[in-house]
Amino acid sequence: MRFIDEYRDAEAVHNYARAIRELTTRPWNIMEICGGQTHSIVKYGLDELLPSEITLIHGPGCPVCVTPIHMIDRAIEIAQRPEVIFCSFGDMLRVPGTSLDLLRVKAAGGDVRIVYSPLDAVKLAEAHPEREVVFFAVGFETTAPANAMAVFQAKRLGLRNFSMLVSHVLVPPAMEAILSSPNNRVQGFLAAGHVCTIVGTAEYQPLARRFHTPIVVTGFEPVDILQGVYLCVKQLEEGRADVENQYARSVRAEGNREAVRIVEEVFRVGPRKWRGIGEIPQSGLALAEAYADFDADTRFPTDGCDAEEPAECISGLVLQGVKKPHECPAFGTRCTPENPLGAPMVSTEGACAAYYRYRRQPVGAGRAR
Amino acid sequence: MTADMEFTLTCPAPSRDHSRVLLAHGGGGRLMGQLISSVFMAGYGNPLLENRHDGAVLDVGGARLAFTTDSYVVQPLFFPGGDIGTLAVNGTVNDLAMCGARPLYLSAGFILEEGLEMETLRRVVESMRAAAEAAGVELVTGDTKVVDHGKGDGIFVNTAGIGVVETDLTIGPMSARPGDAVLVSGDIGRHGIAIMAQREGLEFETTIESDCAPVNHMVGDLLAAGIEVHCLRDLTRGGLASAVVEIAETAGLSIRLDESAIPVREDVRGACEILGFDPLYVANEGRFVAFVPEADAGRALVIMRGHADGAGTNRIGIVTDVGAGQVTLRTQIGVDRIIDLLSGEQLPRIC
Repeated sequence: MRFIDEYRDAEAVHNYARAIRELTTRPWNIMEICGGQTHSIVKYGLDELLPSEITLIHGPGCPVCVTPIHMIDRAIEIAQRPEVIFCSFGDMLRVPGTSLDLLRVKAAGGDVRIVYSPLDAVKLAEAHPEREVVFFAVGFETTAPANAMAVFQAKRLGLRNFSMLVSHVLVPPAMEAILSSPNNRVQGFLAAGHVCTIVGTAEYQPLARRFHTPIVVTGFEPVDILQGVYLCVKQLEEGRADVENQYARSVRAEGNREAVRIVEEVFRVGPRKWRGIGEIPQSGLALAEAYADFDADTRFPTDGCDAEEPAECISGLVLQGVKKPHECPAFGTRCTPENPLGAPMVSTEGACAAYYRYRRQPVGAGRAR
Repeated sequence: MTADMEFTLTCPAPSRDHSRVLLAHGGGGRLMGQLISSVFMAGYGNPLLENRHDGAVLDVGGARLAFTTDSYVVQPLFFPGGDIGTLAVNGTVNDLAMCGARPLYLSAGFILEEGLEMETLRRVVESMRAAAEAAGVELVTGDTKVVDHGKGDGIFVNTAGIGVVETDLTIGPMSARPGDAVLVSGDIGRHGIAIMAQREGLEFETTIESDCAPVNHMVGDLLAAGIEVHCLRDLTRGGLASAVVEIAETAGLSIRLDESAIPVREDVRGACEILGFDPLYVANEGRFVAFVPEADAGRALVIMRGHADGAGTNRIGIVTDVGAGQVTLRTQIGVDRIIDLLSGEQLPRIC
């Protein structure tokens, strides 16, 4: 398949792996931000091709995983209302709240629907004026423009029965939080290519400079990722800390201006709690004042009880890259995709689910070197 | 942000029991296996049922009969390459074929929703007639129920079938051996993507047609040629990956598949990329895997490729060992990874 196969080419992969081995003289910890990259790394066994000095740390870039439990509970509370058609991307349905998930709400009679675009939810609202249609807007900068467009359209159409439960997060503040943390081990980043397709690369320059940390904007296919690692290691070995763009076929430095404009029109930046990490200032999007009427969180009353987050799983440490999924005592035993203890075991992009699905033991003995 | 910011390191959620049936319980994955074990096996398990094969093989009056049943709830009722009627006949025919049986007779039970257009029912019945004729079976008994409007989904069909086992081979996971070649009877994933595209209004450059077809003639030819068939499994919900994992787990076999040898059409791959699906887990309705001894693999390939529905047959892997019960995939970049069952399904309700 064109535009796919060349980025999964075995020879190119092995050439990059060899080049990385030749380049590496010291141990380096590199974090790939995005869950899609984590999935590719584990699925294709890319970390097994790297020299033992390179540790890939799996970052918090899975929107499903970092959506706080109180937002899941809020979504469940709203989805249980009889007048509501609750629309979500498929992955969110299986994420456990305090005592339920959206699939169980559906099984108990709630009208919960999987949509492929937020604009489909707007169409549902038009088609069902007697119902309240709520869209669960989750994601990073990548999904924000389409979600913003849905609210924009709903306002333009004068829809009074459409609203959005917003739990949007932004990548650069999370990178800043990780780099600022006293237990940080990250020395270089592979930034998420699709996020930068929207917002460009300008935001990353100050981070790279301030923390003297190389940031390589990287795609998602095996060749992309190894090329990203190569560029990152090269910078580390040379003592540089620049922003580089591996994913130039998709990312322009200025990003997608139109997309940014609609996001800025509809959303405002504010603090946001990240599941497993805690609140990070200026790291989320909420509806702007002019669109506040479309906020599902204020439209529907809540019983206001705070979600409790009991403490068996170590996903906070996993999301920060301090621990690998299989280092959790519950991994694969008390915590599986059928009975997840934490969100990273739920989403297909979660680090724990990727490890569970593609390998059950630490990488090591079978290094392909 | 302050430099001494501390992370709070908790994110768990309580584990839950399954007090209600979820759609994922019907998805052909891990949850469905748990449902079968904890409810059905616990309720009326017996040695025949515990074989967990596509059908039961029964000794009756000196003959060996294969017996199976399946229900069909697909939406949309009509899709490129087939409809609920062709599925209902081919699905049951194929389950019998996987027991090494020659399918003979089918029953058809209909649950119809009040208000269904008679013309729709006629089209489905005509499809079933044509599919039965193609497979060489007869529909010899049936049942009809009508439920209130809103209590059904147009048409649900159940078929049961019996066939006669004329081979002396015991075909099933326990007969597979280290060294066996694993063959798949054609490109995978077309049925699931055809349904998905139709249901969600997705349009691709070409129309992707379901692979729905009877495979009993192909299996019959393998047996007639004296191929020492060890195990057969048709690929339905859960796709190729789930079928192979189930065989590996049942018999404790280690199986290695070669990603680059698994046939997937370009348009199906493209659709999977767009939808975020893994074609290994996408449903099929006219494909099966055959485990045969290395010595017979070449002949089996020729026989299967000689059928129009088996023209794309390929050798995709090997049974490497007994004991571990694990399936690995040698990826196209040459690294091995494990293949496991999904907990639920990638697509809602396909067949």
